[in-house]
Amino acid sequence: MDPLALVIIEALIKSIVVIIVLLTGFAYLTLMERMVVARIQVRVGPNRVGRVFGIAALQPIADAIKMIFKEDFIPANADKLIYVLAPGIAVGTALLAWAVIPLNPPLTIFGYTINFEIANVNVAVLYLLAIGSLSIYGIVLGGWSANNKYSLLGALRSTAQMVSYEVSLGLSLVGVLMVSGTLSLTQIVQQQSMIWNVVWQPLGFVIYLVCALAEINRVPFDLPEAETELVAGYQTEYSSLKFALFYMAEYINMLTISAIASTVFLGGYQGPFGILPGVHWLLIKMLIFIFIFMWIRGTLPRFRYDQLMRFGWQVLLPLALANTFVTAVVLVLLGK
Amino acid sequence: MSLLVFYLFAAIAVLAALGMVVLRNPVHSALSLALVFVSLAAMYVLLSAPFIAVAQVMIYAGAILILFVFVIMLLSPGTDQGVGALKAQRGLAILFGAALLVLLIAVLGGAVLPPTRGTFTPEAIAAEGDTQAVGALLFTNFLLPFEITSILLLVAIVGVIVLAKKRQSISKQ
Repeated sequence: MDPLALVIIEALIKSIVVIIVLLTGFAYLTLMERMVVARIQVRVGPNRVGRVFGIAALQPIADAIKMIFKEDFIPANADKLIYVLAPGIAVGTALLAWAVIPLNPPLTIFGYTINFEIANVNVAVLYLLAIGSLSIYGIVLGGWSANNKYSLLGALRSTAQMVSYEVSLGLSLVGVLMVSGTLSLTQIVQQQSMIWNVVWQPLGFVIYLVCALAEINRVPFDLPEAETELVAGYQTEYSSLKFALFYMAEYINMLTISAIASTVFLGGYQGPFGILPGVHWLLIKMLIFIFIFMWIRGTLPRFRYDQLMRFGWQVLLPLALANTFVTAVVLVLLGK
Repeated sequence: MSLLVFYLFAAIAVLAALGMVVLRNPVHSALSLALVFVSLAAMYVLLSAPFIAVAQVMIYAGAILILFVFVIMLLSPGTDQGVGALKAQRGLAILFGAALLVLLIAVLGGAVLPPTRGTFTPEAIAAEGDTQAVGALLFTNFLLPFEITSILLLVAIVGVIVLAKKRQSISKQ
């Protein structure tokens, strides 16, 4: 068989598995978020549907069925094609990032080596940044096409916010790239078998986390959908499955940035001090990040727009630049 | 097989480029342009230049075009604007379009520029790494143009701030 065709078939199988896992993961993340936020606010939270050990195990399925049966509404003056396309773009770009994240060390079965990333690209880190910059389109087009002033305001805000924080996000990763000397995520993970990158790049790690939160529009950076002033921002007019798709994109993005933070800074599937490398470490690290994000959502208020911009340009960007500069100088002095 | 992939993305690129020119709504045009950029990136991948491909998506589709869309949304021009203004240019446009077409056909036919194999063959790039090749060139042969570009961008940023400040002081009076 044509070697390229074989590669494509293998990638297809891996993609389908990853997509199924991610979509199930998304459903249960919504349940986890509802329960965590409920505990923080001293409420009980969902505990009725399909109760197992006091957890509403079937709640996500009930939510999904409810979503499907809602009226699918398209505003009269909306740009219909783009209005329908935008949620798809949002979910598509959210899923695309998973093509390069290594999930497990390579396994050899019957002389055939399976790599646990869909594609081992030698520019994986840049690929992630590129996909991240494309993810703005879903929100912007969704907000614009609805022909609603609140949606448009939300879309404009999100463009300004994401473009601003993208700069520091990219710079926060440059330090790691200089330390590891490669753009391939597979190699970056392999290099961290003993010492994680966060030891060399603590500031880069913090800057990455803050900027990533801003990139996926979560509290305290959820201005594009600030309900107190913009109704629901870019998703005001969306209902039924289209709304669910935006919701899905948000949660998958949350999974993606926790996976990238774990992979780039915390050794990905590598355990501490090289203990038992495997996908379980990646999952544990991701869960910790996700819990922290939910904790932040439960406890922090939203930034004001001018505070957001000042923080991004006057605090994060100089810090990220200084981090890059210091890393470069130290590397030169060490003669690497 | 890789030829098939090429034809697929070539077709998408050509159709999207046509859409960019023909579509009336500026946001639709911008989206078509994004599609052109992404299919061009796919071709760079086929040419074993993944770094250029990713840079293409990140810079053009992800940064420049997003700002275009931002401006279009802020100004929200009507769908038919600008058609009348373009009438005077129609004759010139046809002339230059025809000239470009002739040039393209000549180049494609190899009549003007007979194709030669450069230094960066797929084998050479596979040995060096395409990111490394771009980086090495940027810091040796093209260092001066690269740095001058950064000054150019700085001048543009300062210019924007000067213009914005001027308007602010006028509105205060």
